[in-house]
Amino acid sequence: MNKIKIFLCFLCIGVNASAQQKPIAFKGALIYPINGAPIQNGIMVVQNGVILSVGNDEKAIPANAEVILVNDKVIMPGLVDTHSHLGGPEGGDYSNPINPEARAMDAIDPTSDGFKKALAGGITTINVMPGSGHLMSGQTVYLKMRDGKIIEDLLFTNEKGVYGGLKMANGTNSMRSGSGFPGTRAKSASLVRELFLKAQAYKKKIEKAGKDSSKMPERDLAMEPLVEVLNGKRVVHFHTHKSNDILTVLRLSKEFGFKPVLHHLSEGWKVADEIAKAGLQASIIVIDAPGGKMEAINLTLETGAKLEKSGVPVAFHTDDGITDSRLFLRAAALSVRAGMSREKALEGLTIVGAKMLDLSSKVGSLEKGKDADFIILSGDPFSIYTKVEQTWVEGSKKYDILNPADRAFLTGGYGVFSSDRGEFHHHGDDEEDAEVGN
Amino acid sequence: MKKSFLFLLVSIVSPIYLLAQIAIKAEILYPVSAAPIKDGVVLIENGKIKAVGKASEISIPSNYKTYESKTVTPGLIDARTLIGMSGVLNMPVDQDQLEKSSPIQPELRAIDAYNPEEVLVKVAREYGITTIHTGHGIGALVSGQTMIAKTKKGTTDEVVIKPFSMLAMTIGHSVSEKFSSPGTKAKQISMIRAELMKAQVYMKKMLDKDSTKHPTFDLKMDALSKLLKGEVKALITANKAVDIMNSIRLSKEFGFKLVLDGAAEAYRLIDEIKKANAEIILHATMARNEDEMLNMTRESASILTKAGISVSIESGYEGYVPKTRIVLFEAALAAAYGLTFDEALKTITINPAKLLGVDGRIGSLEVGKDADIVLFDGDPFEYTTHISNVLIDGVVVYDKIK
Repeated sequence: MNKIKIFLCFLCIGVNASAQQKPIAFKGALIYPINGAPIQNGIMVVQNGVILSVGNDEKAIPANAEVILVNDKVIMPGLVDTHSHLGGPEGGDYSNPINPEARAMDAIDPTSDGFKKALAGGITTINVMPGSGHLMSGQTVYLKMRDGKIIEDLLFTNEKGVYGGLKMANGTNSMRSGSGFPGTRAKSASLVRELFLKAQAYKKKIEKAGKDSSKMPERDLAMEPLVEVLNGKRVVHFHTHKSNDILTVLRLSKEFGFKPVLHHLSEGWKVADEIAKAGLQASIIVIDAPGGKMEAINLTLETGAKLEKSGVPVAFHTDDGITDSRLFLRAAALSVRAGMSREKALEGLTIVGAKMLDLSSKVGSLEKGKDADFIILSGDPFSIYTKVEQTWVEGSKKYDILNPADRAFLTGGYGVFSSDRGEFHHHGDDEEDAEVGN
Repeated sequence: MKKSFLFLLVSIVSPIYLLAQIAIKAEILYPVSAAPIKDGVVLIENGKIKAVGKASEISIPSNYKTYESKTVTPGLIDARTLIGMSGVLNMPVDQDQLEKSSPIQPELRAIDAYNPEEVLVKVAREYGITTIHTGHGIGALVSGQTMIAKTKKGTTDEVVIKPFSMLAMTIGHSVSEKFSSPGTKAKQISMIRAELMKAQVYMKKMLDKDSTKHPTFDLKMDALSKLLKGEVKALITANKAVDIMNSIRLSKEFGFKLVLDGAAEAYRLIDEIKKANAEIILHATMARNEDEMLNMTRESASILTKAGISVSIESGYEGYVPKTRIVLFEAALAAAYGLTFDEALKTITINPAKLLGVDGRIGSLEVGKDADIVLFDGDPFEYTTHISNVLIDGVVVYDKIK
C-alpha cells in the first residue's frame, strides 16, 4: 500500500514538473507574437504549459515568477512544419495507388532522432506525411514535439477532433507501372473521382441510417477517412507541382466540395490567381535550384512572393528529408530574398501552417491561453548567422544549444545520428524514380 | 578621312572593342588576395583586371561604364559539381555523368559530354558562380575525366579552361551498388591497383627510346599514365574514414596527387591527411547526413581550416531534388558554423583556384587576372542579399534589373 502511495506521489511530481507550475517570465527580447506587431523589450510569461501574457508591462510578471533575461534575443512561436517525413511514416505500399486506410501513426518511431533535428530547427508542431508515390498514400499525423515513448504521447488533436489529414498526390509522383497505378494524368483523376463517388455513396448510407445502427453500412476503413474529408473534418494535403496538375486539384475540390491544402507547388506561381479564386491555401517548399524531377524544373524562389501577391495564404514546409528541418527558417528567408514580405514569411512559418492543420487555437502565435511553444533566437529570424538557441514545448525546454548533447543534433558528427532521417521519402539515386521523373 | 573611316571599321569589327571598359565601385571590395577595401574600385580592360584599389587612389576614365554596389567579390568557383553533365530533368536523356558499362573508364572525356547550355549552368551563373570544376560522376572506381570551365555562354571549346583536370574516382559502397563487380571494398581496391600497375608497365614501355618497342596507343592507359606522371590529380570521392585511408594508401603506393572529395569524415583523420599532403574538396555544408555521410558535421570546414588544411567547398552531386546545390549558400552556412567570413569566401574562390591549378587566372581580384566579378547589395552570405551583376571575362553575363 505504502509502495503504491509513493509511486502515485512520484507520478504527481512528474506531472507537476512537466506542467511547469511556477510561472516563468522571459524578459528583454524582441518578441514576434505574429498576431500583432513586434514587441521591443518584450515580456512573455508562461505557466502550466500555456502562455499567461505577452507584452512589455513589468506588472505582468507574477511575484513568484522565475525571470529569465533574454536581452538581445528574439522570441517567436515554435515553428509549424506542414509537411515532413520524420519518424518513418511509410504509408501505403506499392500494391495499390489508393491507401486511405493506411495510418502514418502505425509506422512512426516516436523516439526517432529525426525529431531532435526538428527541435534544433525550432519546429514544435509537425504534420508527418506518409508516402510518397501514391494517389493517396494514407493518413497523416499532427505531432507536438513532446517527449514520448509511444506515438500517443506526441499526437496533437485539432479543433475538428482529428489528429491528422489525408495525403494525396497527382502528376508524375503517382504515375508508375504496375499494380493498378495510373499511367496518365487523366487516369489519375478518374481513379480519384471514382473513389470520391464511392465515398459520397457511403456517406449517404451513414446519413440515412441516422441513429439506427442496424441500417449503418458495414465499417470500411478506406471509406471512413474519406467521409471525414467530405464532412470537412479531415484535411486533404495534396502534393501537386505542375500548373496543370494544380488546376486538376482545384477541379476535384470543386466537384466534391473539399478544401485541400496544396503542397509543394513548384509551378504555383503560374496559377496563383486561380488558387486564390478557389480559396485554397498553399504549403510550399523552398529549394535552392530547380530540377531533379520533371515536376520541379520550373521551380523558383519567387513562388512565395507571387502567391502572396495574389492573396493566397502561404505556409512553408521542409518535406524532410528533401530539405532539412534544422534549416526551416531558411525557407522563409530565401522567400524574402525573392520578394515575399517579412511579415507574411514569418506567418508562413507559424500561424498559417497552424491554420492549415486546424490547430491555430493552440499554436502558431504567442497569445494568452495558447500553448507555450516558442523559440529563442540569437538574432533576426532571416539571418544566416542566427541560431535557434532554445526550443520550448508546452512550457518546458526541449532544446538548448548550450547543451552539448542537443547541439550535436544541430551540427552532426561521428555517431550522432543512428535512426531514421526521412530516408523513405528521399528517392536519391532511385533509377525508377528518375525515369518517371518523380 | 579615309584613315578614320578605316579605324572606325576596324573598331566595330574588332572583338576587343566590343568589350566595354568597365569600372566597378564597391562600398566593400573583397579582393580575397588582400584585406577588404572600403570604398574600392576595380577597373576592367579587355576582359582582364587592370586596377584594384581604393576609390581615392584610382581615377575612373571617362569612357568607362561604372557599376556601383555594396559588396564585390571575385567570381565564385564551384570546386566540384556535375552540372552540364547531370541535367535538370534527371532523366536518362540528360544524365551523362556515369557510364555503367565498366567500373574503370579513365578514357571518358568530360568535354565530349558537357552541355554548356544546360539550365543549371545558367542557374549557377546567376548565383555568381563563374567557374566550375565539373565532369564525370560518383559511383564508378574510375568514372572518367573532369574539366574546368567558365559558366558563360558559348561552345564547350570556348568556355573550357582545362579540358582534363582530374580523374574522377570513387571508393565506397556506392560503387558496389552500381556494378556487379566490385562487390566489396577489398575487391574495389584490388581492381584499381591492378589497373594502375598495368599503366605503370605501359608508361615504362612508352619511355623506351626505340619507338618500335612502344605498345599500341591505348586511351585508357594513356589517361592513367597522366595520373601517374602527375599531370592530372586523382579526385577520389571517399566519405567514410576507412575509404579516405584507402585513398591515401593508394596515392602512396602509386605516387599520384590525391584530392579527397566529399570527405565527410576527414575531420577524424586530420594528421593522416596532412601527412599525405592530400587536398580536400569538402561536401556541401547542407549535404544530407545519410548513408556514407551519416557522420558528417556542419563544422567540418571550420575544424579542417583551423587545423591548417585548405578547404574548398563543393556543390557535389545530387541525385534528386535539388538537382544541384549552390556553393554560395554552402559556404555561407560554413560561415555560420565556425568559419570566419574571409575563410568562408576563400572556400569558393582562391582555395579551389589553387587546388585546380588556375589561380594564375581566377580566384581573386588582382591585376592581370580574368575579370570574373560578382556584385551584391549586401553581405554575400546573407539569405536576403541579392546579386545585382555577374561578370565573366569582363562581360556582364547577369544583370538583375534586366
